Amino acid sequence: MRSILTLSLLFSTIRLATPLVWAAIGGLYSERSGVINIALEGLMLAGAFTAAAMTYYTHSPWVGLGSAVVAAAFFAFILAVVCIRFKANEVVAGTGINILFLGLPAVLSGALFLSSGSTPQIPKDELLPEVARLSVLSLLALLLVFATQHVLYRTPFGLRLRSVGENPEAADAAGIRVNRLRYTGVILSGVLAGIGGAYLSIGQSSLFTRNMTAGRGFIALAALIFGKWRPVQTMLACLLFGFADALTIQMQGVAKLPSGEDVPVQFIQMIPYVVTIVVLAGFIGHSRAPGALGVPYDKES
Amino acid sequence: MKQLRDLLFPLMAVLCAFAVGALVVLFIGDSPIETYRLLLGSALSWPDGIGYTLFFATPLIFTGLAVAVALRGGLLNIGAEGQLYVAAFATAWVGITLSNLPSALLVPLCCLAGIAAGAAWAAIPGVLKARFGSHEVINTIMLNFIAVALVGYLTQYHYRTPGDPIMESAPISAAAHIPRLGQFIPGLPARIPLNVAFLLALVACWLVYVLLWKTKWGYEIRATGQNPSAAEYGGVSIRKEIVLTMAISGGVAAMVGIKEVLGYRYRYYDGFSDNYGFTGIAVALLGRNHPVGVIAAALLFAVLQRGGVPVDAFTQLVSKDIVLILQALVILFVAAEAMFRRGGRRQGAGGTI
Amino acid sequence: MRLELRNISKRFGAVLANDHLNIVIPSGTIHAIVGENGAGKSTAMRIAYGFYRADSGEILVNDEGREIRAPLDAIALGIGMVHQHFMLVRPMTVTENIVLGAEPGSALLLDLKTAAARIRALSEEFKLAVNPDAVVEDLSVGQQQRVELLKALYRKAELLILDEPTAVLTPQEVEEFFTILRRMREQGKTVVIITHKLSEVLAISDNVTVMRDGRVVGDMRTSDTSAAALARMMVGREVLLRVDKPPARPGAAVLSVRALSIAGRRGERRLDKVSFDVRAGEIVGVAGVEGNGQTELIEALAGLLPESQVSGSVAFGGQDIRALDARRRREAGIAHVPEDRHRRGLLLGFSLAENTILGVHYRPPAVSGVGSVLLNEPAIRRRAELVIREFDVRPPNPALPARALSGGNQQKLIIGREFELPPVLLLISQPTRGVDIGAIEFIHRKIVALRDSGCAVLLVSAELEEVTALADRVLVLHNGRIAGEVDPARVTHEQIGLLMTGGLGPGKVEGLGPSDAEGHA
Repeated sequence: MRSILTLSLLFSTIRLATPLVWAAIGGLYSERSGVINIALEGLMLAGAFTAAAMTYYTHSPWVGLGSAVVAAAFFAFILAVVCIRFKANEVVAGTGINILFLGLPAVLSGALFLSSGSTPQIPKDELLPEVARLSVLSLLALLLVFATQHVLYRTPFGLRLRSVGENPEAADAAGIRVNRLRYTGVILSGVLAGIGGAYLSIGQSSLFTRNMTAGRGFIALAALIFGKWRPVQTMLACLLFGFADALTIQMQGVAKLPSGEDVPVQFIQMIPYVVTIVVLAGFIGHSRAPGALGVPYDKES
Repeated sequence: MKQLRDLLFPLMAVLCAFAVGALVVLFIGDSPIETYRLLLGSALSWPDGIGYTLFFATPLIFTGLAVAVALRGGLLNIGAEGQLYVAAFATAWVGITLSNLPSALLVPLCCLAGIAAGAAWAAIPGVLKARFGSHEVINTIMLNFIAVALVGYLTQYHYRTPGDPIMESAPISAAAHIPRLGQFIPGLPARIPLNVAFLLALVACWLVYVLLWKTKWGYEIRATGQNPSAAEYGGVSIRKEIVLTMAISGGVAAMVGIKEVLGYRYRYYDGFSDNYGFTGIAVALLGRNHPVGVIAAALLFAVLQRGGVPVDAFTQLVSKDIVLILQALVILFVAAEAMFRRGGRRQGAGGTI
Repeated sequence: MRLELRNISKRFGAVLANDHLNIVIPSGTIHAIVGENGAGKSTAMRIAYGFYRADSGEILVNDEGREIRAPLDAIALGIGMVHQHFMLVRPMTVTENIVLGAEPGSALLLDLKTAAARIRALSEEFKLAVNPDAVVEDLSVGQQQRVELLKALYRKAELLILDEPTAVLTPQEVEEFFTILRRMREQGKTVVIITHKLSEVLAISDNVTVMRDGRVVGDMRTSDTSAAALARMMVGREVLLRVDKPPARPGAAVLSVRALSIAGRRGERRLDKVSFDVRAGEIVGVAGVEGNGQTELIEALAGLLPESQVSGSVAFGGQDIRALDARRRREAGIAHVPEDRHRRGLLLGFSLAENTILGVHYRPPAVSGVGSVLLNEPAIRRRAELVIREFDVRPPNPALPARALSGGNQQKLIIGREFELPPVLLLISQPTRGVDIGAIEFIHRKIVALRDSGCAVLLVSAELEEVTALADRVLVLHNGRIAGEVDPARVTHEQIGLLMTGGLGPGKVEGLGPSDAEGHA
């Protein structure tokens, strides 16, 4: 067992936590403004696919990253319109976006690359650069967390965002445009989740495969709840999930049952998901969601 | 007038979805007309078109019913995928293990095992919500992944025929097979896998209808979904209803296993589900959570799925995943139904996430 | 600042909330606007603050006509408002709440320090002691109110509108609050208080406007009037609308409540050691301004509150029913007409027939057959038709969704459903809220008839006329306690009104009987 706990585990944890942090902080902006965002999974896929496709075409990871942001923000905007303007059930609408990205990348990659869902491999020097064995996006993620901490608690924008999510009536009475802020929150969540997805395809690996997020968008949401909708705590929760994931990879082929056989890979694969359920059950009661989360604002007049 | 509106909205949602889908096809450089012709046209031929369409519709009716029942109770069950995997495996397990029993006993037992497994798997997030308040959406999705892993493990390590490279279980006993409809309908060859499970699906629709609108249990489920405060006032235990509703939902989704294992592959085949669970959501929403609507919506999506094959084969650029896109668009347009009327009301499926 | 509302009208659906109002608020005064619930006072002031837009009429600030389309416009003109339900973001600090919408500093950095300093200065000037760094959630109600006042003052309000400011204050806090108001007036501010508490109006205001049914019915200097005169103007007629009611012949006590206390979700006391009996064949009325514990009382008696929140004893027919849940209480014969018919009383999407069996849907005659599982549709329909017929529900079609009925008909349906049990004890709350006149009379007659058949009735209503017309005995609730028990036949509205609003000083009031009036608790 000792051989597992090495520096490589630490690096692995950071790498695996990175997309979670981007997505979870994205979710934070949306949920803090009062809009449930269950579409983080779909938005990450949007970012991942767009980043891979555009990087392949333009040979520049930065163009790939930029277009990932645009794509994910666009779909986040659609989600925002459906939920805020048309007052749709936020969970159902988010599920729609998720299903959309089960299919859309496949159709597009079928047309563009004649493949069944993957983009072609991208050469290593065209991927996002690394610094000290960590992707720039991992380092930027840390910056993002602290920047969010500042924005949320020390800028007028953050103050207003929080008020809109806690008590939109009070915000309205103070003269704040509630729905406009909510649009901003949701679109921001698209931007950040898109970056998280881009990391998956052009940061951590070198192509997009079908459904490559494998539930990470939902795990990010669970991390957000575990982290009580606060930036630093959410990041720590993401690290925890990243650690579970890293452990999973390390343990494959290494962990042994008492009988000497390998622990079946499927049990190790289950770990992150079981952890999520347990965490949610244990913490949802103690976690204090933004007061007006999930309630469309409708001024009675 | 209300009935007319109730029919009109799903229709408009479908039309809007098709319109946007056409834009997607245009964007990737193919012809929407050609695509839709292939998508919709191949469903009507006999015997292959209709036979396969009804075959594809079978699991969608089950999962659509499952999601519809849950929505009637105010819950969003995204876990039908995991529930049907667990159920299918349980069905196969009984078919393999109790192979000495005669058909009359074995088939019902296989069915019951599947239903029980699906109900139990769905009851887990139900209990988690009732007891801890954690939202069923995340929990069911997590359980989907866990179910796939669990069932994969069991197949790989315990139930695969030695030497078989495919991830599938050993075959079930011949006594557990259920007949294909080709045996009863002249002109329908036996190679078309449409089987008795389709009839079971129709029966399930009827049973769900009776349950929801003709029994006191259904009354309580619907009341809870409509207005939990009033249901509570009427003496209903909300916690109990949450678990019960999820269990019923899982039990219905479980019946996909019957069609798959007992009527088609005669074994458990890993990864057999073609997104039935997720499609079920679109089917339920489009069918307005009513068994008759579910049948209609399931047929529509089955037509699309059937059409996906020639679209894949005969168009240059469009793959059969266009069907997924259409489903997603349907969900979005149905969810935004307020856009089709002024002052729309929301369906409740809330909770803290 | 001088504020004038000229010919203001505002309609909400079928309700004309403001009917050609003319209100003048002179500069530098404390002006009270009084009236009963639903008189239209809050609506009028919300229009002045820009929360609503009037259908017609104009607003003049310092004799100049002004467009006020949103709170931002009102704030810019120097009008501030403190709402009845505080508009505070609970997890944020005092400073954050006050600066919300007018944040100092740059877009990149809030300058909360400057804000806090300014808040402290304002605090000093107006004697509104509050800690700028405290979290609002942790503050007492009185302190929260001070934060709301500071919010308006921070935004440089010259005229402050306060909606029911003392509704949630203790007597000491009320005194402190008055001091603050006087200070504001000294500093040249104009204050408008919306209230129904007559004793306070007399204590603090310079002028008073009385509203009733959306119209102004009186406007005078406070020194020129009295509580009795105000009450008469607020309520209307001296003569009460009496139902032709034979005298009650009460039997044995059906419900015995002893030392019942109810805690709210945050531990606050909603009901404080209340004791009373309700006998068969009598109607016990509970009068009081909403929010004084009535809602909790009824919900607790119906079995809808968690046991942890309720203490004391509740005996029904001699037996302790504390452990019984809502279903079993209904089985025992306790019927409940809830105060919020849309939230508690009806399944709006279900048909009338389905609503008729809510609460009895799981036992015969609603179910029949093997195992009592299948709904007996003919029996259900018969029951629905019976209720519809007996209680004059229109349109008389059991298949219609409940949503399609008017408020009055919905209420009749609920009442019919509950009366059909038939009940031994009826808990009925706000029976005619939002119901048209014809239905009101009908419902009142039905309640009396139920009483005469031997049922015990506990009636809660914020409508004074209704309580005094129907009840044989009236308990007045104030701040979670019984302020007094009166005989409605022998007491006037003003006297009950004073009990209701805590305006009664210690000691007895003439004409109250048979039991003691405890006075303002």
